[in-house]
Amino acid sequence: MSSFAETGPRRPVTESIRVDKVSPGARATGAVRAVVVVLVALIMLIPIFVMLITAFKTRIDVTASPPKVFFQPTLEGIVLLFTNRAIAAPGRQEELRQLAREGKLNIFEQIALDSGQEITGASPYVGRIINSLLIAGISTALSVFLGVLAGYAFSRFSLPGKDDLLFFILSTRMLPAIVVTIPLFLMFRQVGLYDSHLGMILLYTVFNLSFAVWLMKGFFDEIPREYEEAALVDGYSRLETFRKIVLPQSLSGIAATTVFCLIFAWNEYAFALMMTSEKARTAPPSIPSMIGRGGVEWAAIAAGSLGFLIPVIIIVFALRKYLLRGVTFGAIRQ
Amino acid sequence: MATIELKQVEKRFGEAYAVKPLDLTIPDGEFIVLLGPSGCGKTTTLRMISGLETVTAGQILLNDKNVTWLHPSARDIAFVFQFYALYPHLSVRNNIAFPLQAQGEKKDVIDERIKQVVELLRIEHLLGSRPGSLSGGDKQRVALARALVRRPQAFLMDEPLGALDADLRETMRAEIRQLQLRLNATTVYVTHDQIEAMAMGDRIVVMSAAVVQQAGTPTEVYYNPANLFVAKFIGSPGMNLVQGAFADGAVRLPGDNQYLMPDGWKNSIARNENLIVGFRPESAHVNAEGALRGNVYASDMHGSYNMLHVNMQGDHVVHLRAERGTHYPIGANIRFDIDPEMVRFFNPQNEMALRKN
Amino acid sequence: MVNRRLLSAICYLLSAIRMSNISLSNITKKFRSVIALADVSFRVNDGEFFVLLGPTGAGKTTTLRVIAGLEKQDAGSVAFDGEAIDALTPADRDIAFVFQQYSLYPTMSVYDNLAFPLRSPVHRVSEEEIKTKIRGVAEILRISHLLDRKTARLSGGEMQRVSIGRAIVRDPRVFLMDEPLSNLDAKLRESLRVELKHIQKSLGKTILYVTHDQIEALTMADRIAVLNEGQIVQEGAPDDIYDRPATTFVAQLVGTPRINLFEATRQNGVVTLKDGTVMVESKPNLPDALLLGIRPEDVKPDANGKFSGQILLKEPLGVETVLHIKTGEQTLLSLVPGMSDAKIGDVLKFSIASDKLHFFDTNRKRVNA
Repeated sequence: MSSFAETGPRRPVTESIRVDKVSPGARATGAVRAVVVVLVALIMLIPIFVMLITAFKTRIDVTASPPKVFFQPTLEGIVLLFTNRAIAAPGRQEELRQLAREGKLNIFEQIALDSGQEITGASPYVGRIINSLLIAGISTALSVFLGVLAGYAFSRFSLPGKDDLLFFILSTRMLPAIVVTIPLFLMFRQVGLYDSHLGMILLYTVFNLSFAVWLMKGFFDEIPREYEEAALVDGYSRLETFRKIVLPQSLSGIAATTVFCLIFAWNEYAFALMMTSEKARTAPPSIPSMIGRGGVEWAAIAAGSLGFLIPVIIIVFALRKYLLRGVTFGAIRQ
Repeated sequence: MATIELKQVEKRFGEAYAVKPLDLTIPDGEFIVLLGPSGCGKTTTLRMISGLETVTAGQILLNDKNVTWLHPSARDIAFVFQFYALYPHLSVRNNIAFPLQAQGEKKDVIDERIKQVVELLRIEHLLGSRPGSLSGGDKQRVALARALVRRPQAFLMDEPLGALDADLRETMRAEIRQLQLRLNATTVYVTHDQIEAMAMGDRIVVMSAAVVQQAGTPTEVYYNPANLFVAKFIGSPGMNLVQGAFADGAVRLPGDNQYLMPDGWKNSIARNENLIVGFRPESAHVNAEGALRGNVYASDMHGSYNMLHVNMQGDHVVHLRAERGTHYPIGANIRFDIDPEMVRFFNPQNEMALRKN
Repeated sequence: MVNRRLLSAICYLLSAIRMSNISLSNITKKFRSVIALADVSFRVNDGEFFVLLGPTGAGKTTTLRVIAGLEKQDAGSVAFDGEAIDALTPADRDIAFVFQQYSLYPTMSVYDNLAFPLRSPVHRVSEEEIKTKIRGVAEILRISHLLDRKTARLSGGEMQRVSIGRAIVRDPRVFLMDEPLSNLDAKLRESLRVELKHIQKSLGKTILYVTHDQIEALTMADRIAVLNEGQIVQEGAPDDIYDRPATTFVAQLVGTPRINLFEATRQNGVVTLKDGTVMVESKPNLPDALLLGIRPEDVKPDANGKFSGQILLKEPLGVETVLHIKTGEQTLLSLVPGMSDAKIGDVLKFSIASDKLHFFDTNRKRVNA
């Protein structure tokens, strides 16, 4: 300590840091801390890693004990996930092999053939992914649209019983989904919304709306009223002001709300399991249902989970600067 | 109390200088103000003295002891922040007691010391309250008490009045300065407000772009600015600065004005054909026989005096202090004189003041 | 609806004549149970720079918002050129509002910001004409080089110049300004003060300006109305307000450093401070108990002065120096021109201009002696 206090660090410090943070002891502690953080992060990532490699393993590699880290990757799991197959009769197999040699089979058909199978069509999972995209997409768009309008009204206008209304809106989110599923199920069955796209879209919209309203209200509160008042005085109507002044400034808030709503609607499991069976079934409940249909196809499940992650990851990455950045734009002086 | 000495202290962030090598000696009991616009390096300098920021090179001496690499708490210096930095969950008493408790003082010592500082700052009635319920001025008084109670070697203050409204700032300005004089406390005070600097400082260190522009008493920096930056920055309004050209013993100024060079300057000016004439608003006087002409751009009342803004030509507006009760319509032609003792000249190329010889 | 169209047509015709005075009569405004404005009446004349001065929460901004139509008054009426405009929307009132902050649209360029009011459905100006107008205004305000910039990349002074430009470009009947300079640094504020006053006088426009900064009010106003707790306390030219403050509130609000204010009594024909210091011979109409106000510049160092005291503190400000003088039980502020060479601890003789004293009764109202 004393020698350091006299001589200082060996190399000049050109960063903003407190004096006591550059002493050899403090630097060492800092390094240890960094290592620990990286280690913990790696441990947290193990399940994702296992899922990733499992998706590309063969049926034999999947069940190997101890688990293999190095293996010959295959698309078998993907094929299992997306297709329906039938065992080909020996004669048919010969025919297919002939076609393969002529290069007339695509890669998926070849993989199926390797285990003596023939692809007979797309699996129901494809339809479920499409359901998921439709339901999550439309309900997100709806709840953001309604949330923006309602949030603006709650932020700017003095409505009778505003605080109570806001609380009431939030209260719809207070019950855990599982509690309301049974009554909802009965209601949906009565009005014919059970296992329908419309029913699921409505359900997710309603569930997300309270969240969207609160979030958007917060974002609008941050935009100073002076902008709108300036435009009102300049000769614009309330609606034009909203479109020309408020919306461009709330884009980042809208983006953030969109991501949150989308993640909920995309990942939702409990409602989807109860309220749908075939027609409108979404991806999340269908992944575990693969367990137990003629043995556990771990590779297919892993591939399904992986594919299911991708859209959310893309959206979050595309909008991440909005999620990190607040809503305050540069021209606002504090 | 202590002397503080900075020897070639500098701060770099990567390759960019926040503070270029700086030498400064602050004698015991001096109130020194680091003044400059935001980003000039004044706060970084203060933080380096406190240890909240490392130096890149150079030494900081406190009472001749090298403290450059000492922990902030080991330097025995108190820091007062702009936003008070009071702990909201503690009462005023516990806030003030906090630094003493950290040093492990005994309870009766703590009580005695708190009693002394609250009497000094007249905040006895606040001891039981929480910081959240206090006004801005009282919060800053409590923050000062917390700094004082430790009996540190020196005080470092970072814009402590910046968050207060104008009226309170004036009151607190006088309070802090009186307190400092009474305790003879070595104080380094950072501000961007030149009025505060002028009113409070024994000496002012004017900084800009990571460099010390001038260090001197308020009178020195006001009447003898070292360069154009100081001339403009100090004063409200800043020094009047008019472009001119020197020929035949007179300076040609905008608007066909000829300013006869006062004695004592001719030698230093002969080498400078182009120059800038500078004078303070109170060093010029409206005079029907005056040598300089212009027309009134605007005229306004500042309470105890009037300010006359005279346009010499184009955009060359100069400001003159005038007595109350004088009124001039906009556009009126006017003549004025500059006090020959108070006129200053600057070299427009290097922006430095010319010296009389 | 028809009525409103008719009214706005009339307003448009009137604005062509370009006379513009504002009169407020008995404006009252409550927010729930809090009274923001109580029976406020005043008149701003054509071509006048009128300043509403008051502390935070006095109701200045509310007054401005009522005039702009952004807030509806509970009682009373606003008239432009004698025509009540209470039924008009903000867009139809033909006013320009300059806000303290936030007034530039961050997603638009400077040019689009300036063009925004002209493109509004109420005004319908051709793009060609917009261009000409903006060029002209940019010239006056020296912002021509900024037109293509995004507003986020401007400095504080540039932003506020653009906001003022956006107000001027429409050539409205009246300018309403809500502390437009208060977020700028001191130097900029100083120069914009002079600029604004010069522009106003050159264009002959009517400006109603709100501020809490007494220096802004004194330096720019033709007339000032002092507002406190929703009521007008005094109205007059800056000289009136400063030299003849109607109440101690006005006396303390205006002038820096603050006026010296002491409790005093009138006995035996003289006015005496609490510690017995005799200040001045009494005038017949003074009450027994009173408050005595002395402007710091009226406390003058004077070798033959009848008072003396010790200098506690010296604050050299440049153009002037403030001396804190301890005399008897009082501390008196004195303001002397230039940089004083007096030293702390010195004993100073001084005189007080007896004709400049201000007397207030115990209700804090001015007594003219």
